[in-house]
Amino acid sequence: MGRVLIVAEHDGENLNASTAKCVSCAASFENNGIDIVVLAANGASVSQQAAALEGVTAVISIDRVENSAALAAIWAPQVVALAASYSHIFGPSTTFGKDLMPRVAALLNVGQLSDVMFSTDGKVFQRPVYAGNAVLTVETDSDGPLVATVRTASYAAAETTGNATIEKRALEVTLPTHTRFIALRGADGDKRPDLQSAERVVSGGRALGNAKNFELIYEIADYLGAAVGASRAAVDSGYVANDLQVGQTGKIIAPDLYIAVGISGAIQHLTGIKDAGTIVAINKDAEAPIFEIADIGLVADLFTALPELLQILKEQN
Amino acid sequence: MLKSDLDPTITKIPLQKVLVCLKRVLDYNVRVRVNPDGSGVMLDGAKMSINPFDEIALEEALRIKERGQVNEIIVVSLGTSDCQQQLRTGLAMGADRAILINTAHPLEPLTAARVIKALVDRESPDLVILGKQSIDDDNNQTGQMLAALWDRPQATFVSELVINDGVVTATREVDAGLEVIEVELPAVVTTDLRLNEPRYVKLPDIMKAKRKTLDVIPLEELTTKTQQQFTIHKVEAPSTRQQGTIVNDVSELVRTLRDKGLI
Repeated sequence: MGRVLIVAEHDGENLNASTAKCVSCAASFENNGIDIVVLAANGASVSQQAAALEGVTAVISIDRVENSAALAAIWAPQVVALAASYSHIFGPSTTFGKDLMPRVAALLNVGQLSDVMFSTDGKVFQRPVYAGNAVLTVETDSDGPLVATVRTASYAAAETTGNATIEKRALEVTLPTHTRFIALRGADGDKRPDLQSAERVVSGGRALGNAKNFELIYEIADYLGAAVGASRAAVDSGYVANDLQVGQTGKIIAPDLYIAVGISGAIQHLTGIKDAGTIVAINKDAEAPIFEIADIGLVADLFTALPELLQILKEQN
Repeated sequence: MLKSDLDPTITKIPLQKVLVCLKRVLDYNVRVRVNPDGSGVMLDGAKMSINPFDEIALEEALRIKERGQVNEIIVVSLGTSDCQQQLRTGLAMGADRAILINTAHPLEPLTAARVIKALVDRESPDLVILGKQSIDDDNNQTGQMLAALWDRPQATFVSELVINDGVVTATREVDAGLEVIEVELPAVVTTDLRLNEPRYVKLPDIMKAKRKTLDVIPLEELTTKTQQQFTIHKVEAPSTRQQGTIVNDVSELVRTLRDKGLI
């Protein structure tokens, strides 16, 4: 068994929590060491955070002005330049890792595993397919390194009690100039938590009836510090924008608490939430399929239940 | 009014070709059932459709053509002759011609990318648009791998696309928000949900599509490297959720959530 290389996800200042989850995945099977590579314009601070992750052997810090934005076309050849020393190369299964890791794999002429959720030996892996409706057990057979993205919802973050060495390195790699970073805008200037990574999500369905009534969902969500989601039916009816859609063709999420209001529970919606910690359903139709997977169900008209819920929450605080 | 009509800086010199990849997948409305013997997912007789993200890819290509920014749209699918259904749908939506790369076996993304790269070498498109992932394998790899093998830029998870003077300005849906990048053509673009809403196919277009060209190329003509890297040992249903409880009123709901430390 060889060494594991993890590509750090960061914004130039802070290491993203997804990296600590990749470390836990790597530590879940026997290996000869776990290294993290920090590609950055100035990676001093991020490298220190990476070195503090328990289980990490060494942090390789590669500073280059071109690395200021995480562009796959620019980062991939640098990861490839390090690959020869490793049996496994991991990135997180976030938009960052999903963009980068397949490019790394193809340059190395090997395949890639997406969304690794379990492995005991670093050779046989489990991963979800069909939006989590099935789980594959796959074995890799390759002379090259195993390149994979790690499903962050499946692993706890590594502790920050480590003290790995930090090694600054320069790589002789020619980088392409055909890809340029222009800007990063926050999610529509929204102060609400990001739907994809929020710990709590409140979603509304077609039963809300119109866009104005959706305010009821926003009020509860804001009170709970939750992100707002919606069923495809609510999106198709024009109550909210497309980017709030939760489900197989929208966002697949795994918050600790998911509250589905006025959502009947079409298959395509249920597959987007089945990894949630606790699912609460509020629906006036006791036969709605959402109750089949809900942990806590309340059969009630949302137009009376939501104001009452908000009032009780406020009174108790 | 189109953006290109408003903005005089957007050139109207059209690209020659856009290639769009369409994968045939289990329709998103069909409940996924795993075979009890662990061999796979039940597909016999089930409704199959164009992968929703690929449908968005084709819709975007059609809009680019309607803006006068490309001359020809080619749709390509990899698979059995059944994929001709999805290619015919693509032609009915407005693609100009179709190519089926015929193979009896499912392909890993790297193999699919190699095959598409070989087709790219034949057709020399200015732009290849694919869905960001297919809703069966959920791999989210083929576009990125194609870009790597082609040594060209990639713009993945795109929700807005502007083409101007050999450069694509793409808005990407990333976890931190929206990222804007510029890539030089030729390039690979993969689509996210918000890019557009695909049109419905009209009956007269289905009739017209029957007269459009659909070429079939055997896979072996494009690549000999078809050895699979991953062996699937089994396919299982995910662990099911435990039976929940029904609460009687809102106060009991709040109490239960507080007891569990969730609010």
